[in-house]
Amino acid sequence: MNNTRTNRVSTWLLTALLAIGGLTIVIPMYFAVVTALKSPSEMRGNLWALPEKWMWSNFSDAIQMTDFFRALTNSLIVTVFSVLFVVITNSLVGYAIARNLHKKLYKGVFVYFLTALFIPFPIVMLPLVKEMAFLKLDNLVGLIILYVVYNLSFNVLLYVGYMSTIPKSLEEAAMLDGAGTFQTFWKVIFPLLAPVNATVAILTGLWAWNDFMLPLVLLSDQSEFTLPLVQNVFQGRFTSQYNLAFSSYLLALTPMLLIYLVFQRWIIGGVMRGAIK
Amino acid sequence: MKKSSRAFLVMALPAVALFLVFHTVPALQGVFYSFTDSRGYGSWDFVGFDNYLRLFQDPLVLNSYVFTLLFAVAATVAANVISLLLALGLSANIRFRSFMRSMYFLPAVLSVIVVSYIFNTIFSTGVPQIGKSLGIPWLSTNILGSEDTAWIGIVIVTVWKACATTTVIYIAGLQTIPEDVVEASSLDGVNSWQRFWSITFPLIAPFFTINVVLSFKDFVQVFDQIVALTAGGPGTATQSISFLIYNSGFAGGEFGYQSANAVMYFLVIAVLSAFQLRVLRRREISA
Repeated sequence: MNNTRTNRVSTWLLTALLAIGGLTIVIPMYFAVVTALKSPSEMRGNLWALPEKWMWSNFSDAIQMTDFFRALTNSLIVTVFSVLFVVITNSLVGYAIARNLHKKLYKGVFVYFLTALFIPFPIVMLPLVKEMAFLKLDNLVGLIILYVVYNLSFNVLLYVGYMSTIPKSLEEAAMLDGAGTFQTFWKVIFPLLAPVNATVAILTGLWAWNDFMLPLVLLSDQSEFTLPLVQNVFQGRFTSQYNLAFSSYLLALTPMLLIYLVFQRWIIGGVMRGAIK
Repeated sequence: MKKSSRAFLVMALPAVALFLVFHTVPALQGVFYSFTDSRGYGSWDFVGFDNYLRLFQDPLVLNSYVFTLLFAVAATVAANVISLLLALGLSANIRFRSFMRSMYFLPAVLSVIVVSYIFNTIFSTGVPQIGKSLGIPWLSTNILGSEDTAWIGIVIVTVWKACATTTVIYIAGLQTIPEDVVEASSLDGVNSWQRFWSITFPLIAPFFTINVVLSFKDFVQVFDQIVALTAGGPGTATQSISFLIYNSGFAGGEFGYQSANAVMYFLVIAVLSAFQLRVLRRREISA
């Protein structure tokens, strides 16, 4: 009896502690929201206070200043196509490697991709930018290509690891029925890879959507800038315009926040599985 | 069978070709340019190991290595200690558990650059306002504005963001511990501190290794936070290695020189990763 009571007390105590800790997440978000909705004159007052007048027009001003919808479209294009191509191509490569790992050639290819995991991006960065400009790929298409290629190292590791749990007898049956290798992959293997595909899609999506460095060094045309890139228009402006900057930050964060609210279980699970492999 | 082996080649070889063109070639070019005085355009000459010799005498470069490594160590320690505590809390018997987990994971989906811009204003204006109204001097100044404290601001934002993922990985680790092990130990009258160090922690040691290695690897590449919080300043106090390579390599006309810096950076990371893995793996086995 006594024991259950101490248990209940400790449950609530721990819950309270975690709730207080959660303020470190909630408070910066609160700060962003109230700042985004203030008028310029209020920017000189207490920033933590609620707005005296809720300036919803800040959002339309911010949309104009950053050309929000164009940046949103660019970000969407890059993210959607990167995810699509990454899942389709990387799973295929992973399959080819996993089923031929006993051969020297494929083992070599596997090791080749894996070594890239240890090469930091800055070593590639300077020559890459020259190369991409030379190939006329210093644009969104080039960005998508790079996400597809640079994801290979890690994803091949994921796919090869998972593929070893899929019995070969399934494919052999399909092949006996006369299906070709590609057909077998799409019809039999690809659906079985669903958990890895989800993980890969989530990790790629988060990366492509939030990435700053690659678009920064690669994109030369301002009309192709993605959402994280256009936020710097507010740097070096007057403090009184921070309200617009914050409206813009909120607009940039909102799409991913909405997706997170709906798919949080998947996203948390995907990130978890990706790290543990 | 012949047909299928050709199909496998068709699947794998284009990827190898693309990887070669977009990763290996630029990486090798980087090594090549590190032996030249290229400015990124125009003509250049071979300079042998000159760039490498200069790196060791360049205070800006040395400063960026010291800053980056100290920052990475501090952030790795902070992120892992906090995440471990959070994971223990979030795995314990608490109310609103799934809500709490969702809340703590939220920073993982947010863009680092945007979060850093938000924190920039919080540090420069928001926190000092509170500090002044409470009359606390050390809270009343912008921590990003001083050479001695700017790194703390960068650590805070980095840890704020990184803890989300690290915590989830620790939670996954805690889920692998069989219940009867925990029950047996609580029957033996072991207190929770002892239980953590002698049972829980050794059992999640592999997850500790993953987290430490992954977070350190992330943190030595710190870039976005620097751009949005300090732009390397005040002065050059918070120039990380990536930031320096980006800044001086592109805008500063030091293409060849910064390529040498990038090669050096790669060697340092490779050595540190190998060392980390060895130490942590040995711990796992002995534990």
